[in-house]
Amino acid sequence: MVTTNTNIETKSGCCCQAKSQSSSCKSKENTLDKVSHNQQLIIEGAGCASCVGKIEGALKATLGVVSAEMNFADRTVTVSGTAKTEELIKAVESVGYNAKPIDDSSATDALDEKEAADWAYYKKLMRDTFIALSLGVPLMIYSIVVGEMTVETNLERMSWLVVGILTFGVMYFSGKHFYVGAWKSFKNHSANMDTLIALGTGTAWVYSMVVVFAPDAVPLMARHVYFEATAMIIGLIDLGLALEIKARGKTSEAIKRLIGLQAKTATVVRDNKEVQIGIEQVLLNDIVKVKPGEKIPVDGVVLEGHTSIDESMLTGEPMPVEKAEEDEVVAGTLNKSGMILFRATRVGKDTALAQIINMVKRAQNSKPPIGRLADVISAFFVPVVMIISVLSALAWLNFGPEPAIAFAIVSATTVLIIACPCALGLATPMSVMVGVGKAAEAGVLIRNGEALQTASKITAMILDKTGTITEGAPKVTDIILAKATDEKDVLQLAASLESCSEHPLAQAIVESALDKDIELLKIESFNAITGFGVEANCNNKALLFGNDKLMKIKGIDLTGFVEQAQSLAKEAKTPMYFAVDGELAAIIAVADPIKSDSISAIKRLQGNGIRVIMLTGDNKETAAAVAKKAGISEFLAEVLPEDKANKVKELQGSGEIVGMTGDGINDAPALALADVGFAIGTGTDVAIESADITLMRGSLHGLADAIAVSKATLRNIKQNLFGAFVYNVAGIPFAAGILYPFFGILLSPVIAGAAMAFSSLTVVSNANRLRFFKAQNS
Amino acid sequence: MMIINLLGLMLIALIVWWFWLYKPNKTIVQNSEVLIEVKDGVYSPSSIQVSASQPVTLKFMRKDQSPCAETMLIPSLDISEQLKLNEITQITLLNLSPGEYEFHCQMQMYRGVLKVV
Repeated sequence: MVTTNTNIETKSGCCCQAKSQSSSCKSKENTLDKVSHNQQLIIEGAGCASCVGKIEGALKATLGVVSAEMNFADRTVTVSGTAKTEELIKAVESVGYNAKPIDDSSATDALDEKEAADWAYYKKLMRDTFIALSLGVPLMIYSIVVGEMTVETNLERMSWLVVGILTFGVMYFSGKHFYVGAWKSFKNHSANMDTLIALGTGTAWVYSMVVVFAPDAVPLMARHVYFEATAMIIGLIDLGLALEIKARGKTSEAIKRLIGLQAKTATVVRDNKEVQIGIEQVLLNDIVKVKPGEKIPVDGVVLEGHTSIDESMLTGEPMPVEKAEEDEVVAGTLNKSGMILFRATRVGKDTALAQIINMVKRAQNSKPPIGRLADVISAFFVPVVMIISVLSALAWLNFGPEPAIAFAIVSATTVLIIACPCALGLATPMSVMVGVGKAAEAGVLIRNGEALQTASKITAMILDKTGTITEGAPKVTDIILAKATDEKDVLQLAASLESCSEHPLAQAIVESALDKDIELLKIESFNAITGFGVEANCNNKALLFGNDKLMKIKGIDLTGFVEQAQSLAKEAKTPMYFAVDGELAAIIAVADPIKSDSISAIKRLQGNGIRVIMLTGDNKETAAAVAKKAGISEFLAEVLPEDKANKVKELQGSGEIVGMTGDGINDAPALALADVGFAIGTGTDVAIESADITLMRGSLHGLADAIAVSKATLRNIKQNLFGAFVYNVAGIPFAAGILYPFFGILLSPVIAGAAMAFSSLTVVSNANRLRFFKAQNS
Repeated sequence: MMIINLLGLMLIALIVWWFWLYKPNKTIVQNSEVLIEVKDGVYSPSSIQVSASQPVTLKFMRKDQSPCAETMLIPSLDISEQLKLNEITQITLLNLSPGEYEFHCQMQMYRGVLKVV
C-alpha cells in the first residue's frame, strides 16, 4: 500500500507560502498542484552512510520537494513537499538506488483490516462447518440408531457409494485447506496439523471406499465404512478453528485499546489558520490546538493555555495531571478542562504511544523460556505422531482381535486426529499475549517474555530511595546558621554553588533560592566529589557543600553541630554542611517526602514473600528514618552509585532472584545487572532502555502489579502447558487403544476429532481468563 | 503378516528420512531480497541461503487467512513480525553472522530456515 499522505489544504503547500508571493515563488508554485505530501520511502541498495547525501541531494533537487531526510539506520527517507511518489522514486533510481513507498496506513486501519479479514475467515469456517456437519450429524445419528455401518448387500454398496461421494464433496468444500496444506507441507519435507487431519480423514475415507468398491478385499467383519468420521472430524475441526478465531480476538483486546487511543485527526495552526488534518500529516514543530474533551493527537510541549489531562489510559494513574506552559503532553491522553496550544515534538512512529504500542506488540510475540520445551516438542511432534500411528496399526494387526484391520484403521486414524500440536504451540504465546497486554493497561511495560517469567520469581527487591520510595522532589526544610549570620546570604552562595550540580538534592536548594527571588552568583572552579559533595569559588570565597565526611577530609570543624544534624536526620531530613573559606557557615536540611502509597505498595511486596531492601546515598540517620516510615527493615545508606550494582551481585550470590527498581538513569548499571530491572518512568517517558520492565506511573503499586501480573501469566502458561502435555500424552495412547486389552474401550475417531478441535480452544479460552486480572490503582 | 510388518517399518523409515534426514535444496538469494509466500501451511521458499557479506530483505507475502500464519518469528534475532494478509511485510537483516537462522510461526507449523554462509 502506498504511503502518500495527501493533505488538501486551503493554502498552498509550497515552501514559499510563509513568505511574500515573489514572482519566482509564484512561478514555482504554479507548476505544483495545491496538495501537500508527507511521504516515506524505503531505500534499497544503500550500503554506506555516504549514500545518504546522494539520495537526499537527488530528492531535494526534485521539483516540489521541500525537505528530504534519510534515516540510514532503517533505510527510510522522509520527504515533504508536493512531488509525486513516482517522481521521488525516479530521483532515487537516477543515483543508482531503488526506492519503494512504505505502507504507513495507520495502526487503526491495520487493525480494522485485520478484524475484517478475521471476520471473513470466521464466516468461511462456519460455512464449512455447516456443510460438513450437515452430512456428518445425520450419519452419526444413523450409526447410533441403526447400528454399525456395514457393507453386506449390493443396495448397501450403492447407498454407501452415494454417501462416499457426498463425503468427498465435504472433503473438497469444507476440508480442502487441510489437504492442500498437507500436500504442500509434504512436498516441503515438513508436517503440520493439516498433515494429521488430512491423513486421518483421508485414511478413513479411502478405507471406506475400498470396502464399498472391493468388499471382498477385506474380511467380512471388517466391512465397515467410516464416512461419518471423515465428515464429523472436518466439521468439528473447522468449528474449533472458527471459535478459536473468536477467542483469539479477545486476547488482543489490550493492544486494540491502546491503538484505539490514537486520535484520527488533529487541528493544527498553519499560517494563522486552523486546519484539520489526519494525525499522520502532523509535522514536527506544528502548532496543535486541542479543545476540552479532545484527545492529544501527538506528543508536544504546551505553548499556551492551562488544562488538566487524563493520562490514566497510559500510566494507570487515575488522577488527572495539571498542564501549563512548557509542560509535556502525550499523544492518546485526554484533555479534560482547558484549551491548549502546543508544539509538536514527536510525531508518527516517534510518539510515546506509538512506541508503547510497538513495545507491547514485540513483547506479546516474544516467548518466555518456559515455552522453549514446547517449541522443541512441536518441532518433532507431527512425524512422531505419524510413527505412533503406524506402530499402533501394526500392533492391532499383529495382536488385535478380529476384525484386526478395522481396529488398525480406527486406531491409526484416531491417533492422527487426537494429536494436537496447536494446543502445545499456543499454550505459551496466548498467555503472554493477554498477560503483557493487561500489564500495559496497568501502566506496566514488559520488555519481553524472559522479563515476564523472571519477574514472577523475584525473591528480593532493591528500591532506590529518592524518586522511587520518595517523591523525588526534595525541599529545603531547615537552615541552621553557624558562622554565617544572614540566612539569605547563605542560601545565595549555596544555591549558586548547587546550580552547577546535577544531584537531585541540589535542585531543592536552587529552587528554594529562586522562590525567594535570590539572584544566583557566578561560580568558578566547580568540582563535584562523587559521593561526598561539591566545591567551587565564588566572589573570591572558597565554598564547600556536602556531607560530614567531606567536611572531615577538608578539615572543617563541626563541633557542636553534628548533634543538630543527627537530630534533623532522625526526622527523615537530609542535613548537609555548607562551609565558606574553611569554616562551617550553616547546616541546610532537605526533606523528600515519601509517596503517599509507597507504604501500602511495599506491604504488598512483602506480603508476597519478597525481601525489600532500600538503597540510598543519603546518610544513615535519614535512611533509617525513611526506611522506618516506609516499613522497610533492611536498608543500606551512603551507597555510592557503583555500590548499588555490587549489592545486586551480592544478593544474587546468596541465591536471591533480584529485582532492582530505580529511575533508569543513575541506576542504569544496577538495573542492567539485576535479574529484572524496573524503571520508574516519569509519566510517559518510555525511553528507558536499561530496564526490563518500565512502570509508567510513579507509584510503587505498579511494581507490585507487575509482579502480580507476571505470576498470574506464568501460572496461566503452566496450566496451558500442563493441559496440552497431559492431553497429548494421555490422549495418544488412549486413541491407540491402550485401554482395549483391559476394559475393551477404543476411542471413536469422531470423539478424537471433537477433543482435538476443542483442546486448542481450551488453551485460548484459559489464556483469556487473564483478561480479568485487576491492577491495584494507587 | 511379515510383509505387512516390513511395509510398516519401511513406512516409519520413510517418515524419518523424509521429514528429518532429507536436506532440501536451498534457494540462493542473489539480489539481496527474497519473496516468501505464506500459504497453505508452508513458507515458499522455506530454505534460503544468503551471503554473510550482503544485507538481505525477506519479503513475506501472506496469503493464508488462518491466524496461524499471522506471526513470523526469528527467535535467534529476537524478531517477531505480524504479517498482514495479502500484503508484503519486509524484514531487512544486516550484518548477519554465518549460521542457520530458523523462522517459524508461533505454533511452529510454518517453518523455514535462513542459512548465512
